[in-house]
Amino acid sequence: MSDNGKPTPALEARGLVKRYGHVTAMEGADFEILPGEIMAVIGDNGAGKSTLIKALSGAVIPDEGEMFLEGNRIKFSGPLDARRHGIETVYQDLSVAPALPIADNLFLGREIRMGGPLGSVFRILDKRRMLAESEEHMANLKIGIRSMKQAVETLSGGQRQGVAVARSAFARSLVILDEPTAALGVRESGMVLNLIREVRDRGLPVILISHNMPAVFEIADRIHIHRLGRRVAVVTPKSHTMPEVVAIMTGAMAA
Amino acid sequence: MSNAAVTPDQLGPSGGDRARAFGSAALAQLSTLGPVIALVIASGFFTFESPRFLTGGNLSLIVQQVMVVGTLAVGQTLIILTAGIDLSCGAVMALGSIVMAKMAVIVGLNPFLAIALGLAVCAAFGAINGGLVTMIRLPAFIVTLGTLNVAFALTHIYSKDQTIAKLPAAMTFFGNTFTIGQTDITYGSILMLVLFALTWFVLRQTAAGRHVYALGNNPEAARLTGIKTARLLLLVYTVAGLIYGIAALLIIGRTGVGDPNAGATDNLDSITAVVLGGTSLFGGRGSIVGTLLGALVIGVIRNGLQLIGVASIYQVLITGILVILAVAADQLARRRQG
Repeated sequence: MSDNGKPTPALEARGLVKRYGHVTAMEGADFEILPGEIMAVIGDNGAGKSTLIKALSGAVIPDEGEMFLEGNRIKFSGPLDARRHGIETVYQDLSVAPALPIADNLFLGREIRMGGPLGSVFRILDKRRMLAESEEHMANLKIGIRSMKQAVETLSGGQRQGVAVARSAFARSLVILDEPTAALGVRESGMVLNLIREVRDRGLPVILISHNMPAVFEIADRIHIHRLGRRVAVVTPKSHTMPEVVAIMTGAMAA
Repeated sequence: MSNAAVTPDQLGPSGGDRARAFGSAALAQLSTLGPVIALVIASGFFTFESPRFLTGGNLSLIVQQVMVVGTLAVGQTLIILTAGIDLSCGAVMALGSIVMAKMAVIVGLNPFLAIALGLAVCAAFGAINGGLVTMIRLPAFIVTLGTLNVAFALTHIYSKDQTIAKLPAAMTFFGNTFTIGQTDITYGSILMLVLFALTWFVLRQTAAGRHVYALGNNPEAARLTGIKTARLLLLVYTVAGLIYGIAALLIIGRTGVGDPNAGATDNLDSITAVVLGGTSLFGGRGSIVGTLLGALVIGVIRNGLQLIGVASIYQVLITGILVILAVAADQLARRRQG
């Protein structure tokens, strides 16, 4: 990341404010993520980081402040609007339909129909193509799942999360992952982290919300520290140690 | 089916996961194969017990006997796949048949217009069910329990408890038969099978069908992928209502009259057919082919027991036991999947 001639951020927020009655969840929060980086967002419980993330993914509409997607001013009317602008969010509670096959999940809501009248008149799905593209997509991300026809519920927790992350990797602009390793064991967490790197290496910026400090230090390019409703620091795993970051996060140390 | 570059440390299943996956896959298989096995065993038994069972005429009769419940079960399957349930289907069908019969015979409308009105009334009831479920977010069980009573009462008020006879021929067309070889087949049976085929096509081959499954399986995920879930749910209930209208036309064809007491227990029979067919009452899993098999299982058991002279109450007993077995298998499969 060169700081001279700084690239346009993939997504930027300035001075976001969100109030719920007397409670202010965001108090002039700033945020930025550059193309091709993994930006971790950390903060203590109640620091307002989930409100920030919801604002970035369109689930919360801020009262004040501005957001820019690739330099263009933008306002999301809801999560689907953010999605239309190329932002894919993977929510903590696994955003997949477990009974459906992997391929169906990957293409849910963006199915491919057959060409010609079979598709336009009879609305027949091109299952073969979706299956082939699913296999290719998963192979590109180095996810070794044998059959795209198997139901997601037959997979392990890590694999399910893998499918959810792989689905988000169809995003045009960026990917937001909310606690992707929360429910996973060590080995499976490692696999999902590899997958996140893979997504980043394909050119998609990734916003990673996590409580898992070792994971954050392992894969983040930069770390956004959120405290009392605003950004207090942006550090890198090289510039700061884990105890220092925790100290900034809890207010024990000035940024 | 080759995945390029599979290295050991990728997202492959661990041993325990694989065993668990195998167990639930086996149970999922069982819920698909269950109705087939039940059908084969029942048919084998009755073929052995009665020489009249496995004849073209009798098999055609079975299909004819299940055509009304089978048609209702098509709509019921769509609704149960969305994790809903419809108790009102039989009552809505009865209301539709009375509207058709009365419009044609008492009001003297053109029979086709009368049929269209009956279909519209049924579709409207479906839309009301769907509207209450989606907009006020009431449980489908309660909504349809309410509309069951409303439709039942309207049927009896509007018909003044009178059976309406002397229907125009166009209206009872689906009770007519044509002959292949020695076997008489009703047009209504064909219509039911066409409906099943059409629904299979929509559920399996179109995006709308996949969305119905996703909606029943994980509504929040479905909504977040951009599926307009409220609109889809409303559409499902409305289409189901329209299908009950078609069932109304079939029951008129079969009985030749408009009967306000028709279909009193058909709502439960349609749910039975769906559940026997392996569709989960929790939504998101099941198949329309299973429902057809489920309806045929009911038909074969009733017909077969009649042939060998067993009192009809035993048919109810056996169907009841089968339903419990089917739901238990589904519940077990779900528990395994955690």
